[in-house]
Amino acid sequence: MNIAYYPGCTLKTTAKEFDISTKAAAKALGINLVELSRWNCCGTVHALAKDDVMHHLAPLRNLLRVEEAQQSGIVDEKKVVALCAMCYNTLKRSNQAFNADADKAGKVRESMNNEANVYSGQVEVEHLLETLRTQGWDKVQARVKKPLKGLKVAPYYGCLLLRPRGIGVDNADNPRIFEDLLVSLGAEVVDFGYKQKCCGSYNTVHMVDVVADLSNRILSQAQAAGADVVATACPLCEYNLGNRQIEVTKKYPKFYSIPIVYFTQLMALAFGLGEDETALGMNKPDPRPLLREKGLI
Amino acid sequence: MTENSNRMVTIYVMGKKHTVPADLTIMKAMEYAGHQFKRGAGCRGGFCGACATIYRKKGSYKLQGALACQKMVEDGMYIAQIPFSPAEKKSYNLDDLKPDASTFLEQYPEIARCLACNTCTKACPQDLQVMDIVQAALRGDITTTAKLSFDCLSCGLCAVRCPAEIVPYNIGQLARRMYSKYIVGPTEHVEQRVKEVEDGKFDEELNKLKAIDKPSLKKLYDTRDMEA
Repeated sequence: MNIAYYPGCTLKTTAKEFDISTKAAAKALGINLVELSRWNCCGTVHALAKDDVMHHLAPLRNLLRVEEAQQSGIVDEKKVVALCAMCYNTLKRSNQAFNADADKAGKVRESMNNEANVYSGQVEVEHLLETLRTQGWDKVQARVKKPLKGLKVAPYYGCLLLRPRGIGVDNADNPRIFEDLLVSLGAEVVDFGYKQKCCGSYNTVHMVDVVADLSNRILSQAQAAGADVVATACPLCEYNLGNRQIEVTKKYPKFYSIPIVYFTQLMALAFGLGEDETALGMNKPDPRPLLREKGLI
Repeated sequence: MTENSNRMVTIYVMGKKHTVPADLTIMKAMEYAGHQFKRGAGCRGGFCGACATIYRKKGSYKLQGALACQKMVEDGMYIAQIPFSPAEKKSYNLDDLKPDASTFLEQYPEIARCLACNTCTKACPQDLQVMDIVQAALRGDITTTAKLSFDCLSCGLCAVRCPAEIVPYNIGQLARRMYSKYIVGPTEHVEQRVKEVEDGKFDEELNKLKAIDKPSLKKLYDTRDMEA
């Protein structure tokens, strides 16, 4: 099946391992992700001001591209799959705002009047985790060639994958979608209390200290619960929990390093794909020594 | 003389009304009306980007962009010249640049403010996908940025219309430079020509031109070979 794929800017720059492993893992499951031929920034943050039309143009223009791809037969459905939690959240919330407010929708249409087509509001925004859940976890399990046996994985959701209600991929208080995936891959799921806590998000730009505090708390909790590795679905979370371990170590000398990987990398690994496709050499800190120790690579 | 040549239209140049022949470009119509171009005119052939103009048609709310030497006048057109756009242009050493997204953001951090409103695309007289150029740069896709911006004349209309104060033509230029240097690399014919220049292949001809008197030089210029 051909499904429209919206990668977002981060998956093309600092989170290439997310993009590479996603395409490989999806392909292994027979899901053909077709990257939109024209796409722009998701808009990064959904506009919360009621009168703000301008900030909706970026996300909705992407959804128009999906509709155009469907109309010209490039993809099968009026549906787009996003990976980055921020892109997913922004695209979906903007779509909802567009459909809920006819006045706003009219203004958006007028502001996009140089487009060849008019956006209908009918595109469905989906996270890859949802696509997998809909297909059935047994399909994922059936594809596993090298179960992640003995690997203790703490699933980290962060904020934007679960909130607000009606947008999130699962129940915000008691999610299981990430856990279900990990179980189908043969991994041992490690539950921990901070899996839905914020990673500090964009404070990483100007208040690194705040991010160091939060990362320390989240990662120490995961380690205390026995995790070998933390899995994420968001490039900003990956950056704050991974790259920022340098700052965490400076501030908290007792902290010891733990690898952070994208869930699609674990999928690619369990599907028996090579390092070109798991892209496990691109994460910071490097997860490969641990995976070697566990006999997984 | 065409059948239309006697038809006159009314245009407004910076608010002042003029009646001009309908079969003139904006540039020729302004000269017909008595304006003399000291800036804002260059090749007169649609290649140099010096004659950026904004206009509004009668009864329309749309502010549109054009090159004065290419766009024909229309009845009721309001016209203003934008001969120069005050844009910040970075100087950099191409050898020191890294060919990725971080370079675009370091040189021109304002590109991160792009709202995808597409106003730049609407303003472009070359019908380029200007917003896609900026967006491709944001994600470090140098090849797409360079290719989409290939026909850019740096007229400046996108820059003066952008609500995020981005200068898209500088982004395109940076991309094309990095594309040539890091992605395509040096081409054989250019290297060959550089060698010919260095070996003095053209010295004799240039020395001849340098020694020639002004009237003969003018005559040579007037009778030179030109592309159609």
